[in-house]
Amino acid sequence: MTQEDLTILDPKMTAHGVNVFYGEKQAINNVSIDVGTDLVTAFIGPSGCGKSTFLRSLNRMNDTVAGAKVTGEIKLDGEDIYAPSMDVVQLRARVGMVFQKPNPFPKSIYDNVAYGPRIHGLAPQKADLDGIVEKALTRAGLWDEVKDRLQESGTALSGGQQQRLCIARAIAVDPEVVLMDEPCSALDPIATAKIEELIHELRGKFAIVIVTHNMQQAARVSQRTAFFHLGTLVEYGKTTDIFTNPRQERTKDYITGRYG
Amino acid sequence: MAIVNDHTVKAFDEDLNRLRGLISEMGGRAEQALLQAMSALNNGDLDLAAQVVRDDKKIDALESEVEQLTVQTIALRAPMADDLREMIAALKIVSVVERIGDYAKNIAKRVALMDQTRSIEAIPLLMSMSNIVAELIHDALDSFAARDAELAVRVTVRDKNVDDFYNSIFRTLVTFMMENPKYISESAHLLFVAKNLERMGDHATNIAEMVYYVVTGGQMEERERGEQPEDGAAEQEQG
Repeated sequence: MTQEDLTILDPKMTAHGVNVFYGEKQAINNVSIDVGTDLVTAFIGPSGCGKSTFLRSLNRMNDTVAGAKVTGEIKLDGEDIYAPSMDVVQLRARVGMVFQKPNPFPKSIYDNVAYGPRIHGLAPQKADLDGIVEKALTRAGLWDEVKDRLQESGTALSGGQQQRLCIARAIAVDPEVVLMDEPCSALDPIATAKIEELIHELRGKFAIVIVTHNMQQAARVSQRTAFFHLGTLVEYGKTTDIFTNPRQERTKDYITGRYG
Repeated sequence: MAIVNDHTVKAFDEDLNRLRGLISEMGGRAEQALLQAMSALNNGDLDLAAQVVRDDKKIDALESEVEQLTVQTIALRAPMADDLREMIAALKIVSVVERIGDYAKNIAKRVALMDQTRSIEAIPLLMSMSNIVAELIHDALDSFAARDAELAVRVTVRDKNVDDFYNSIFRTLVTFMMENPKYISESAHLLFVAKNLERMGDHATNIAEMVYYVVTGGQMEERERGEQPEDGAAEQEQG
């Protein structure tokens, strides 16, 4: 892969020589990548290329998969996230995640957002919690739509609203990194545009890593793009370079629709 | 770089092939217009000159067709990487080829305005110059069709010969006018013809530079340019 012009001065997360195994099967092969603090980084690649697996190793979601094993080094602010001393619950508060299918808790809108701050003890007073909930919903672009019905169930919202609720839930604990795994693939184009606008708004507040099958989406929202294929990182570069002048033949074939 | 027509969506390949075919046809017509205009000038053939003027409409129509197809392809297929570069280059190349057609038409229109040109010694020089220009146009479009960056670079290098011809013809005509004041009107027309040919050479160079961009994704290095033409205007757009 090419690394030219790609110094990330202020990496939030660094991965070095990372391998991920599911039992005997190696899903990720020797991937090294830096994730910039003020950048949106997109992971693209065909199904089964390992991009989601790699994303999930950034906050140890793979720990929950039986037989999964991660080797190599992944650091958050220079701290090894796979070190025995690492508190995984704290880690996942610092590195939040949004999934493909909106998955609000079967609770009120308010409680969905308040859940994280409550269990992490971020809000001693009810007023503090109200403030956190309002701020998170505002940042997620949902406040105006739900402020008069905070006690309604989160599952009663539309798909796009549910996904923004999940983003509000993820950012309510003030994470440093937000991982998004195909956050728009279950949404219509308008809801998708709202999420993309939200990603744009959130850039700079959190480091954002997004996995997407939609290359136009990667081109629209990210500043850095990584192309994965068969478990390896083929090319990582500025998004504009990847989409106008990729260095690797495999990247070109994929983004121009010649893959397979 | 070979031309690869292997998109998963075959209809995309069909669009690309159609686009390439149209540009190729347009380039062929522009080249032909140039050769016919010069032949008409050389032989005082008014019918052929009139035909060049008429045929220019077909070049214009092809330009619109390419523009339409390009915009449509960008909108519907969202091309990326080299495909995207090809779309952008296609748009720019057809506008350049259209200009080349206009210059040929302009030469053809002058045929009717001159008589006794055959006695002017600059004519054979102009014929040789136009042959080089036609080759450059031909090779520039070939380099587009074949995705051949090296051929494109050679086109830009050979444009120097065209500039040399222009300087030489300029001197010849100025001398001729001083010695034969009664041919000043004809000579002035021939100066414009030379200027048109020189501009066409520059346009062939522009096409080659775009081809280089399509193939490599980078800009061609600022090439070694020869001396400026003596009227100092070779780099300026006409009209």
